[in-house]
Amino acid sequence: MEQPVTAVTADAAAEPEGARALAHARHIGVFRGGRWLVRHVDITVRRGEIVTVIGPNGSGKSTSAKALLGLIDVDEGAATIAKGVRVGYVPQSISIDWTLPLTVARLLTLTARHSKAEIAATLAQVGLPDMADAPVQTLSGGEFQRALLARAIIRKPDLLVLDEPVQGVDFTGQIALYKLIRDIRDRLNCGVLLISHDLHIVMAETDTVVCLNGHVCCSGTPKLVAEDPEYRRLFGPAASEALAVYRHDHDHTHAHDGSVVALQGGAHHDHDGAGDA
Amino acid sequence: MTGRAMLDDFFTRALVAGIGFAVVAGPLGCFIIWRRMAYFGDTIAHSALLGVAFALLLEIDVIAGVFVMSVVIAMALLVLQRLGTLSSDTILGILSHSALALGIVIISLMTWVRVDLKAYLLGDILTVSRADIAVIYAGGAVVLALLAAIWRPLLAATASFDLARTEGMHPERVRLVFMLLIAAVIAITMKVMGILLITALLIIPAATARRFCSSPEQMALWSAAVGAAAVGLGLFGSLRFDTPSGPSIVAGAMLIFIVSLVLSLAVSRVAARTFNSRG
Ligand SMILES: Nc1ncnc2c1ncn2[C@@H]1O[C@H](COP(=O)(O)OP(=O)(O)OP(=O)(O)O)[C@@H](O)[C@H]1O
Ligand SMILES: [Mg+2]
Repeated sequence: MEQPVTAVTADAAAEPEGARALAHARHIGVFRGGRWLVRHVDITVRRGEIVTVIGPNGSGKSTSAKALLGLIDVDEGAATIAKGVRVGYVPQSISIDWTLPLTVARLLTLTARHSKAEIAATLAQVGLPDMADAPVQTLSGGEFQRALLARAIIRKPDLLVLDEPVQGVDFTGQIALYKLIRDIRDRLNCGVLLISHDLHIVMAETDTVVCLNGHVCCSGTPKLVAEDPEYRRLFGPAASEALAVYRHDHDHTHAHDGSVVALQGGAHHDHDGAGDA
Repeated sequence: MTGRAMLDDFFTRALVAGIGFAVVAGPLGCFIIWRRMAYFGDTIAHSALLGVAFALLLEIDVIAGVFVMSVVIAMALLVLQRLGTLSSDTILGILSHSALALGIVIISLMTWVRVDLKAYLLGDILTVSRADIAVIYAGGAVVLALLAAIWRPLLAATASFDLARTEGMHPERVRLVFMLLIAAVIAITMKVMGILLITALLIIPAATARRFCSSPEQMALWSAAVGAAAVGLGLFGSLRFDTPSGPSIVAGAMLIFIVSLVLSLAVSRVAARTFNSRG
């Protein structure tokens, strides 16, 4: 496609990439209550890819996800979801009024019909077997979270947007749910935008990490982000620890060398590089 | 007695009109409590008086005037919410009482027309005519048909606006339709219950039905049934004790609510005891 050489070209040149993507936020900014909640945020999710957004509380992770989904208007930049992309969304929190009688099965079929068998199978996947007829108001926090995840995946989405999907889920449950998310990505070949506080998981399972603090501090492969000084400043010791786990997970030849020590010393380190530890 | 002759009787007409209202109010009222819009219903009802005032001033049909005014107030609410400086609660409080007060002021300024203010405020179901019944049933049928048409997206939007939106359910569109339906019902049935008490029959039967239902549709049906029972109870009480009809119907609804509350508490007590003795 030929483009005239104007100021627009930079944007237009980004188009083909954005067009192939399932969802694309280009330099978005959200201005509310007299301040920028987020600004200059770029996020692209492609098919088969897990993009994880990390950042401290209030850093604008949920805001960015909502802007990407078109749930809030952006004041700068543009957010697009490719045509025909089916979205499965797990919001950070929803409150359903106690007076609304809703079973778990009904929660799953609010916007589309699904067969009983499909509902049962999906609930079993998220660890809620035999809960189809339970009223949603009686679910525990972790159970409700699992039900929301079931809602998102029963749609067979092209794009999964998960805003802290495992909050309140017990530890073994978290591992199982992350595995489930990865399985679903593999099976449906969907794109996943994951907001998570669990740096270990992020570092181990993710294709791209976006580190947010009102703006994008750094983004790229987990390795790149983990070595970024801004990332370390933001997450402190936890960051280094997570990187250590990441190395451990990925380093098959020499796992127990002095890499952790080197990291805590603040040195940049290539986890694939042999012999420079 | 033939159906025609039956409708000659003022009491039967009142019963028929009241039940018609209750059947429409039940399902609509469920959404009002699920969406926590009780105060919104009140505000729209209060603005009806302002609508009456304008209808008399412009010499147009009262139902049309009330409907248009309700829509104006609902839109004002949406705009003020958008501006986002005051909480919805406060905005509703301002609109609700301003509309009511302004309505009374304007009506009392119009010395050239004789208006029975009390009938508008408290309703006068015992004077409904056949034409009124026709309006209630025809309008009610349209309202119920539209509600059925938007049922799924409205329910999804009620559970979660954001989820409904990402799943292509157009929640803002159905919310708008729902507001129009509330305005329409209040305009049509104002004469039955009066604007001060009309929301009671939207809310109390739905709240009563909640305890006994496990699906939204079931609750909608039961609310209609409870509302109809309240109308019957209230009208008989009104006749028996010579009390005003509208408030008597609300008292009937309250009575059913209390009885069902006590019953359900007793039932759960017994259930707990049974489990105890087994354990
Ligand atoms: N409508 C709004 N008006 C003004 N400020 C807002 C609005 N919505 C969110 N904020 C603010 O924007 C900031 C970012 O909020 P956001 O929910 O995106 O954070 P987050 O990164 O998801 O945090 P957490 O980890 O706690 O979920 C917060 O400081 C919040 O108070
Ligand atoms: Mg958040």
